Amino acid sequence: MSLPEELRTARPAGPRTFGGAASTWLERHAQTLVGSLGRLARQPIATALTIAVIGIALALPTALYLVVANARAVTAGLGDTVQLSVYLRLPMTPEVARKVARVIGARDEVSQVVLVSPDEGLVEFRALSGIGEALNALTENPLPWTVKVRPAPSHDSALAVEALAAELRGIPEVELVEADTAWVRRLNALLDTLRQVVLLSAAVLAFGVLAIVGNTIRLDINGRRAEIEVTKLVGGSNAFVRRPFLYSGFWQGLAGGLLAVGLIAAGLAVLDAPIARLAAAYGTSFSLAGLAMREWLAVVGGGAGLGLLGAWLAAGYHLHRIEPRA
Amino acid sequence: MIRFDRVFKRYPNGREALAELSFELATGEMSFLTGHSGAGKSTVLKLIALLERPTRGQVVIHGCNTSTLRRGAIPAFRRQVGVVFQDHRLLDDRPVYDNVALPLAIAGMRRREMDKRVRAALDQVALLGKERMFPLELSAGEQQRVGIARAVITKPPVLIADEPTGNLDPDLALEVMNLFRRFNSVGVTVMVATHDVHLLDRFPVRRIHIEQGRLASNPDVAA
Repeated sequence: MSLPEELRTARPAGPRTFGGAASTWLERHAQTLVGSLGRLARQPIATALTIAVIGIALALPTALYLVVANARAVTAGLGDTVQLSVYLRLPMTPEVARKVARVIGARDEVSQVVLVSPDEGLVEFRALSGIGEALNALTENPLPWTVKVRPAPSHDSALAVEALAAELRGIPEVELVEADTAWVRRLNALLDTLRQVVLLSAAVLAFGVLAIVGNTIRLDINGRRAEIEVTKLVGGSNAFVRRPFLYSGFWQGLAGGLLAVGLIAAGLAVLDAPIARLAAAYGTSFSLAGLAMREWLAVVGGGAGLGLLGAWLAAGYHLHRIEPRA
Repeated sequence: MIRFDRVFKRYPNGREALAELSFELATGEMSFLTGHSGAGKSTVLKLIALLERPTRGQVVIHGCNTSTLRRGAIPAFRRQVGVVFQDHRLLDDRPVYDNVALPLAIAGMRRREMDKRVRAALDQVALLGKERMFPLELSAGEQQRVGIARAVITKPPVLIADEPTGNLDPDLALEVMNLFRRFNSVGVTVMVATHDVHLLDRFPVRRIHIEQGRLASNPDVAA
């Protein structure tokens, strides 16, 4: 009628030092972490489907984001395409015209100015317009002195170009400033709208991910009802019971995030060659920008975070309703 | 250790299970809880394990009043009370080892110490070497002993059992009851609900007999 030492004294179980407590805590979490992976692996099809849905839900807004980012990259450097034409008042002496051109060229926002005399302008116009014969009928040259202005690379955004044009209009000798930035503004407005669409769809799809993970966890909880009851019966706290479900949500979200990143990388790889051909046809070199390391991490981390949150919400709601019965 | 003070219990469906039940069990005492089925035995055990709370009156376990215990403190409370069920309540998809170790895992014990404890507990119930088997591969008596090992593995000061010998033949029942006696002999307060007359006669321990939710006469007779 005697018990071995291990069962004899009724002292509380558990670690006695802080270091011991910390490593026990780590060990316990590591066990649950691996254990929840194993459970997911035992239901490969259900798990794969959940991960696929999460992956697609994360990949869609990411892809849209890339479209916007690349379109912005295309329009960011307008230096090659935009130049301002500054028409000077009539009549104008060559000396004053040269002085105005020098003044404009001295500005910080301007990288280069080319002064075009009325005669040079007429030659160019004749060559380009195709109405050279008609021009011969003119007794005098109606064209003004013109300064062609190329903005500095640091000031070649649509906004800066517009601002520069406004400044130049303030010069007394200037009659008219033409800056073809309307299309850039329209494109930028479109991109702004698209960016809102990215944010909106990301929010909606994030909610979708929460719902998917939450539902998966709910089914999982229902399937393990007996286990949860018994665990609570022998003193398992809600936190203890919840932990494996949280890890399960975390794994699925993480895998979904990785899948999304993979889908995006594959998409970029497929589009790279056609885009290069398209760019070559336009005589420019442009290659698709992918995601920066920070953005890759945001997608994967966002997936894991959403998985964890979805599991936490579902487990908090459903586990409270399972109380042991005798 | 276990004190019932004018406990009245009515279930949500209106059934009145206990009426003015009062008794006290000292630390290290062992008792049988007897009475016809429906007399309120299960309710008494549920109140001790805090699966239910009294409608009126007080249940004090180990100095802890179950009526005023916060919801968040219930898990810690339950770890102080080992419970053995008639239907074992084992997890059939987990091996014996996992079933027995569950309370230790909850307490956050390290694997190495856990191994030692589980082996010691299984040794006590004569199941050493069956750690890797699943509950359904075991006999009814063995399953019941796994349940007992799980109930005692955290060395709880209080051990309660609901008809633990209900499904066992007389020899096994005797064996299981001897097991409870051994835990009682090292200071565990034990309460066993049973209507097994043969057992009652063989063990000279206090009987708490309830009828229609009340303490019946001659409760303190050691049979």
